[in-house]
Amino acid sequence: MYTYIIKRLLMLLPTLIGAAILIFLLLRLVPGDVCLLKFGGEGSYADPQQILQCQDRLGLTDPIWLQFFDYMVGFFTFDLGVSMWTSQPVAYEIAIRFELSLQVALMATFVSVIIALPLGVISAAKQNTWIDYLVRTFSIAGIAMPSFWLGILLILGILIGSQAWFGRPWMPPIHFESFFVDPMHNLSQLIWPALATGYRYSAVATRMTRSAMLEVLREDYVRTARAKGLIEKVIVNKHALKNAMLPVITIIGIEFAFLMGGLVVTEQVFNLNGLGKLFVSAVTQADYTMTQALVMLVVAIFVLMNFLVDIMYAWLDPRIRYS
Amino acid sequence: MTYPEITIETDELPPRKTILQRSLSLARKQPLGFAGGLVVLAMLFMGIFAPWLAPFDPEQANFADMLVPPGSTSEMGGGFFLLGTDQFGRDLFSRIIYGARTALLVGFTAAIVGSCSGLALGVASAYFGGYFDLILQRIIDVFMAFPLIIMALAIVAIFGTGTDKVIMAITIPFIPRCARVVRSSALAVREMPYVDAARSIGYSSARIIFRHIAPNVVAPFLIMLTAFLGEAILLEASLSYLGLGVQEPTPAWGLMLQGGAEEYAESAIWVPIFPGLAITVAVFGFNLFGDAVRDALDPRLRSQ
Repeated sequence: MYTYIIKRLLMLLPTLIGAAILIFLLLRLVPGDVCLLKFGGEGSYADPQQILQCQDRLGLTDPIWLQFFDYMVGFFTFDLGVSMWTSQPVAYEIAIRFELSLQVALMATFVSVIIALPLGVISAAKQNTWIDYLVRTFSIAGIAMPSFWLGILLILGILIGSQAWFGRPWMPPIHFESFFVDPMHNLSQLIWPALATGYRYSAVATRMTRSAMLEVLREDYVRTARAKGLIEKVIVNKHALKNAMLPVITIIGIEFAFLMGGLVVTEQVFNLNGLGKLFVSAVTQADYTMTQALVMLVVAIFVLMNFLVDIMYAWLDPRIRYS
Repeated sequence: MTYPEITIETDELPPRKTILQRSLSLARKQPLGFAGGLVVLAMLFMGIFAPWLAPFDPEQANFADMLVPPGSTSEMGGGFFLLGTDQFGRDLFSRIIYGARTALLVGFTAAIVGSCSGLALGVASAYFGGYFDLILQRIIDVFMAFPLIIMALAIVAIFGTGTDKVIMAITIPFIPRCARVVRSSALAVREMPYVDAARSIGYSSARIIFRHIAPNVVAPFLIMLTAFLGEAILLEASLSYLGLGVQEPTPAWGLMLQGGAEEYAESAIWVPIFPGLAITVAVFGFNLFGDAVRDALDPRLRSQ
């Protein structure tokens, strides 16, 4: 088992290095750069001397192989460089936003699990009844509804609802406060984006739970349990659910990794100053150092989550043994 | 000279079903998939006949009729705003109809180009095997490590915004996903005796790949293709919403939700409602349609 874990961990390295090379090459293909955008943006006149100075300072005039070498050295020493737009260290810019995005991702995962598990189980237990159809429609709607639209609707609902209940409009706070400093303030700001993304991600998990449950409910031991007269509730909740959990855990784990990237859109709607928003502005401002650092962060989280899910599989199901 | 009379017994053949009867029986067997198909057809109709269906020019600003509620007539005379207007006085109904055109253009191009490239790569990877397969699969690993929207955004960062670039940004991440799925099916097909037979006759690799293997992996290919359609429409809407996709004044649903929609949401609730509804219904329809295609083609699911 341990050799397997170590082997898998080592196999992550080529993927990560490949991703780093890919993102570097892609970003350096671009004709325009951050200096042109910073000084010559919006059609204003730019001093060529100034642009050249700026490019020189950021190392954009170095030969491409030297830039690549610098980048790879930085990658291995965890030195992410300096943002080309704000001139702050990339690591600092990420660090001040990481807590917010992580918390929203965790809360959204939690929301999606508490929606998905009961709905998936009940939909499988009552297969092909109106409950099943209702749940399936609800979950397909969740996949179809863009999370930014759901966000807009939620904000509208809060505005109209508060107007009707309290007589004056209420909006979630805009300023971020850590959960450990002011939990009420923190939750009243972050619960909405968590609901909007959580519902969307619950859709996939609901479908997964349903099909996993359906498969397990056809197993022989479930028939045996029925034959010995166990009540259906115990069969579903104790015998079947435990064995249906494996694929569901995979989905939840992978979804969590997707969430970190999926927040790009939600943070825009709720005006949250998190990693997703940082990413969008880095893309619009042609801030390469920031873009590549954020892409690598998301890729690393994604790859690591996949790895953890694999390990968890073996840990949860004694029948699975890797060699 | 006389010929023996030939009579054809016709009463054993069932009466030919009309299109209406056939679609009715389909609707009974696959209600959700049928509904999805209807949405897809309606959207195609909207997209193709947009100039004849739209009552107004979708790009023409009209400051006399800003933020007019649904169902009002134009101040300028001679017009009826079915779904109201936006902050520039543009008719929402017309913009939604033209938006279907943008969504379909992006969705179909990205899904078809993406899955066809994936099909070619996947089959080639399985057929040639060896180092070619190994290296290609490692490259695909790298691509698959990027979540869909992150890859799309990275490509937008490189090539910029606009309809053509958005199509590219959505197509590229589709290719490895389709290639991976097609490869696993093609690996099984490669071992079939008829492939050996084709090879022993001396057919070229290209012929074997396209004429003998590719037609037999059509099921996973179509499943991926239809799944991509809804995904591409949603992704285009997200990118446009972020301001990194289709650009003004081209009508696109995601774009219609950006800027004005949030700002005027309180006083003009129709501005954010209708474009979002259009995206949801379209993606819903394409997903149902895709699910039906998968149910019909995937033998493992057929029994359920």
